[in-house]
Amino acid sequence: MKTLRRRQIQDKIMEGLLVVSTITVLIPLVIILAYVIYHGFGALNWSFFTEELGSPARAMQGQPTGLVHTMIGTVVVDFIGLIIAVPIGVGAGIMLSEYPEHKLNPVLRIMNDTLNGMPAILKGLLAFALIVKPMGTFSGLAGGVALAFVMIPIIARTTESSLMTIPWSIREAGLAIGLPRWRVVLSTVMPAAKTGLVTGFLIAFARAAGEAAPLMFTSFGNNYLPNHWTGMIFGPVDTLPQRLYSLAISPYAQWHQMGWAAAIVLLSFVIILFVAARLLTRQKNY
Amino acid sequence: MKDTTKEILERPLHGVYRWWGDKLFLTISVILGLSIIALAFAMAWVLFKESSLALNEFGVVGFLKGRVWDPGVNFVFGALPFLFGTMVTSVGALAIAFFPAIAIGIFVGEYAPKWLGAIIENLIHLIAAIPSVVVGIWGIFVFAPWMREKVYMPVFMWAADHAPSLLPIVGTPIGYGMTTATIILALMIIPYTTALTRDAIRQVPKEQREAAYALGATKWEVIRMAVLPYARGGILSGAILSFGRAIGETMAVAMLIGNKNTFPFSIFGPAATMPSVIINEFREAVGNLHLSSLMAIGLALFVISLIVNLIAAFIIRKYSITGGQAV
Repeated sequence: MKTLRRRQIQDKIMEGLLVVSTITVLIPLVIILAYVIYHGFGALNWSFFTEELGSPARAMQGQPTGLVHTMIGTVVVDFIGLIIAVPIGVGAGIMLSEYPEHKLNPVLRIMNDTLNGMPAILKGLLAFALIVKPMGTFSGLAGGVALAFVMIPIIARTTESSLMTIPWSIREAGLAIGLPRWRVVLSTVMPAAKTGLVTGFLIAFARAAGEAAPLMFTSFGNNYLPNHWTGMIFGPVDTLPQRLYSLAISPYAQWHQMGWAAAIVLLSFVIILFVAARLLTRQKNY
Repeated sequence: MKDTTKEILERPLHGVYRWWGDKLFLTISVILGLSIIALAFAMAWVLFKESSLALNEFGVVGFLKGRVWDPGVNFVFGALPFLFGTMVTSVGALAIAFFPAIAIGIFVGEYAPKWLGAIIENLIHLIAAIPSVVVGIWGIFVFAPWMREKVYMPVFMWAADHAPSLLPIVGTPIGYGMTTATIILALMIIPYTTALTRDAIRQVPKEQREAAYALGATKWEVIRMAVLPYARGGILSGAILSFGRAIGETMAVAMLIGNKNTFPFSIFGPAATMPSVIINEFREAVGNLHLSSLMAIGLALFVISLIVNLIAAFIIRKYSITGGQAV
């Protein structure tokens, strides 16, 4: 039988261990964040936002280069993904939460979780086989589809859970005044769950925006702005995560610097989306 | 008054309000839901179909057991180096990350004052949001060179002086290799494991803790006897999901593991994982057999991820009190 004294000492030891391990783990994580922010802002300059990348020779000769085409491409590809993913994800979410008795729901839930757990690179391979191969060319569309595969399971999941938070009495109130079910969902449940839905879209968008693996062999990358805007959709397009990878493994010091700049732009983009999502959920709790 | 009521009741309703509106809505929802199911099956089918060339050539077992990956001269493809690399890095990363991540989860949930807990939790979520490539660029330019100078070189020099027989096991200390990739992987899954642990601990009912306190338990005893047993299903499945994350993690590993496609691997030396070889070679692959072999590696990755996810789902179902509701 342990004495009370020994048990109290053990209690203190465990508390100390927990504090120490928390600190030792948080330090390297914070260092990564701080280093990227510090180094990234140092590497930013004006031409980064106005020029296109061009050939390595351009950077070696000290001419101004930048990633304006990459940033435009990122926005285009990410929004193609969002436009494809939102209807599918929301539809599946509605099916899961508003028709809980539907026979397909258990299968759908398992498949959705499976899809969510699949590595993003496999979603890239799928988009490659479904879009790139038939089209015969790498394209922004294929990249958008690959990102949609990343977003869809997340949106389905968040839509389901945010619709579920709306009490059934609200639906019953709608049904009681004679509204059909579709009108109840569209006009009472979805507006009431609006914040939750948008938060889900933001989280899915942010997750997909940081992914490079599905884009490497779908949107492929491009050193120049396309001549015509359709080139953004039907031709190879540059995106920030994929360009960041190419810059980091390139042999040119100037490109490494540009990689840090791309890192801070990408990080800011993703973090702003996440902070927006968290602020939205906080508002809902009040 | 009576007339208006009658008028409203007898006013002809638009069709969408009478019978086909609901049917249409349900049909659209089901089609959208079915497309997700179709997507999951399409992924399996596409990977299977595209890899059939390689699997026919080498046989499933032969492909998985093949130790040689030679896309240049002999066009022989075997997946064993990548299976091995993925398993070693993922298991290593989980082994490093598991206890610290749980420690943070417990600290935030049970010990930290509310304000500090909120700060740490937000920080963890923020760090989890860092894209993989951003961690990768930090690894390439900061972490790998630092490891080479401060850890690998001293160990290598010591081995060269005192135990030359160990050198092939230690491997060349170029900085990019299996150990570097494992540590970075561990750092990347810690926030994820922590968040899932935190969720599991949050679900432990207050009464459970109070019962233990009422018996005179100290705080640690409450955690060990009341909180952790209750949350073990969530923590365990969280760890398995993190393991799945580590298996599929692509960019940071591809940037740091050094990308050596053939055995023998060494502790510090370069290696490769299944996702990293796909990322590195898919863009440049020209031969059909090479492409098909990469797809076959994708298929293996698919099967492993599927198994890992199913195990996690099974554990949640088995241990959770609510009976397997979505967590």
